[in-house]
Amino acid sequence: MFKYITKRVMHIFLSLLIVITVVYFLFRLIPGDPTVALLGDSFTLEAKQMVIERFGLNKPLRIQYWNYMKNVFKGDFGNSFYYRLPANKVIGNKIVNTLALLLPSVLLSYFFGTLIGAISSYKLWSRFENIIIAITLFFRSTPIFWLAMLGTMLFSYKLGWLPNSGMRTPGYIESSFYLLKFFNKDFVWHLTLPLLVLVSTRIAVPLLLMRTTMIETFEEGYIKFCQTKGLSEGQVLFKHSFRNALLPVVTSFSLAIGTSIGGQIIIEYIFGWPGLGREIVLATQRSDYPVAQFGLIVLAGSVMIMNLTADILYAFLDPRIRIK
Amino acid sequence: MKKTFLNKIARIIKNKNIISNSETGQRQSKSNYKSFFNNLRKDKFALFGIFILIFFLFVGILGERIAPFSPTQINRDEQGKVLVLRAPTLKHLFGTTNMGRDILSMTIMGTRVALMVGTIGALTVTIIGTFFGLVSGYYGGWIDAIIMRIVDILYGIPLMPSTLVLIVLLGANIWNFLIVVSLIAWRGTARIIRSQVLSLRERPFIKAAKVIGASPKRIIFIHILPNVISLVFLQMTLTVVYVIMTEASIAFIGFGDPSVLSWGQILQMGFVTGSARVAWWWIIPPGFAIMFLCLGIFFFSKFLERTMNSKFRNFT
Repeated sequence: MFKYITKRVMHIFLSLLIVITVVYFLFRLIPGDPTVALLGDSFTLEAKQMVIERFGLNKPLRIQYWNYMKNVFKGDFGNSFYYRLPANKVIGNKIVNTLALLLPSVLLSYFFGTLIGAISSYKLWSRFENIIIAITLFFRSTPIFWLAMLGTMLFSYKLGWLPNSGMRTPGYIESSFYLLKFFNKDFVWHLTLPLLVLVSTRIAVPLLLMRTTMIETFEEGYIKFCQTKGLSEGQVLFKHSFRNALLPVVTSFSLAIGTSIGGQIIIEYIFGWPGLGREIVLATQRSDYPVAQFGLIVLAGSVMIMNLTADILYAFLDPRIRIK
Repeated sequence: MKKTFLNKIARIIKNKNIISNSETGQRQSKSNYKSFFNNLRKDKFALFGIFILIFFLFVGILGERIAPFSPTQINRDEQGKVLVLRAPTLKHLFGTTNMGRDILSMTIMGTRVALMVGTIGALTVTIIGTFFGLVSGYYGGWIDAIIMRIVDILYGIPLMPSTLVLIVLLGANIWNFLIVVSLIAWRGTARIIRSQVLSLRERPFIKAAKVIGASPKRIIFIHILPNVISLVFLQMTLTVVYVIMTEASIAFIGFGDPSVLSWGQILQMGFVTGSARVAWWWIIPPGFAIMFLCLGIFFFSKFLERTMNSKFRNFT
């Protein structure tokens, strides 16, 4: 098992290196003057020459790439053109904000999804099967940004209950205690609408998955044995089949964290949530290449790590895989 | 060779399956057209889905002929004043934008864009994905390892942000969008086709073909492909939804093709001009259009999956 993990970690390392290389060359080989992004095109020729020499842009591409990779291993991904700060500092600030939206949404959607899915798999509720499938498909085929706009129009413009953008009200005086930054009423008030939209779009997958796996466990021998033993329906449902059906759901949970990081980009854009996705959008709009590069690398890395976590979790929770 | 391949597809569609002939010796001699339509009539969701698809197809084909105004035309009232942000009336069924454009016409023209982008994108993604899935699944060994390594890396790159970055680099063009999506989105199809090919590879009729001395090209395209083609069609329908959603999202963020009026573009104009505050008639129709099209495709694909599975369940 340990050997498997180390092998996978090495694969992730290699894949990330390939992603970094591909992204690097993508940004460099696109035609266009890189100094324009930094300076604007109204600067003198001498200033341009200075920038070229300082950033080493007149060296051959492979030497630039080699320097870049050397810096990458030190943890330095270049400086942002717009903020004049190191790129990893710019992104590092925003990752926490993204996680503050991502983790509650995935947790809540999986919590409610598994619960409703498990309950709906119960035989008595099979009449509602069509309704459940229709509702989940409805949410799955609705574009997220449209649902977000509808939510904003209803709750923010018409009713005025919830704010329509931002993570905090302007004029917020930051507390030095880190946790108090996020556990205050203002933050939760701002969090509600994006969270609502995200959870309703993401509840379909765990619900249907849980329902399908529960129905599959009903066919298994050990469930029939429990029934012949005389256990009540609730015990059979929630003590035995629930636990076994939970396995694929747990792995899809970690996969969902990985994929929703990228998918959250739209929600962050609409709600002006200062997170990683929105930062990437703004960086590409401003031609701020180091930040866009690093943001993409962070996204790719986190997805790969979450995939690895999903595999490890699956092997850990299911002894049958370990023995193999 | 081509003739045999087409005949094989035709025979499978008519449900005289090739596998059953060589493996079990039983023959499915009844044509299943009648039961296909009976199944269709029984399943309300599938009927709904097909009805929606046909409706959108008609709207897309008829396009300008049913749109009451041109989508870029600035409409004025009797005094010559521009109809800015008017609520829906009989004349403008979905109201007007802040520039006086009729939203109904824009939505109708957007149908054509959505259908074309969806189909072309899904077609390219499916062709690339199926090809790599077939090759990787059949050959195994180092070819399989390399292709799967590439697929793993592609899975690590989330679709939305990378499409965004690549479109900004290459230019906000609908063709660039299709190219970028085809470069990344084939990962799912390839994996699914590959797993199916892996299980098919061990079947007796494939081994028999190998023993006779059929070339790999022949085995892949004449024996394996017709048996995965149902899965290919299923994946293609799901990919259409995926591509339409991605295109709408990219257009919404503002990186869509400015010369192409897609539904995402309409929503983007509504959002960026701040008209969403007042003009619910601007936001609701394009969103409903996307939703109904995707719903229709989902229901249709569910029905497709059920009929394909029932066809093949007899033979395993």
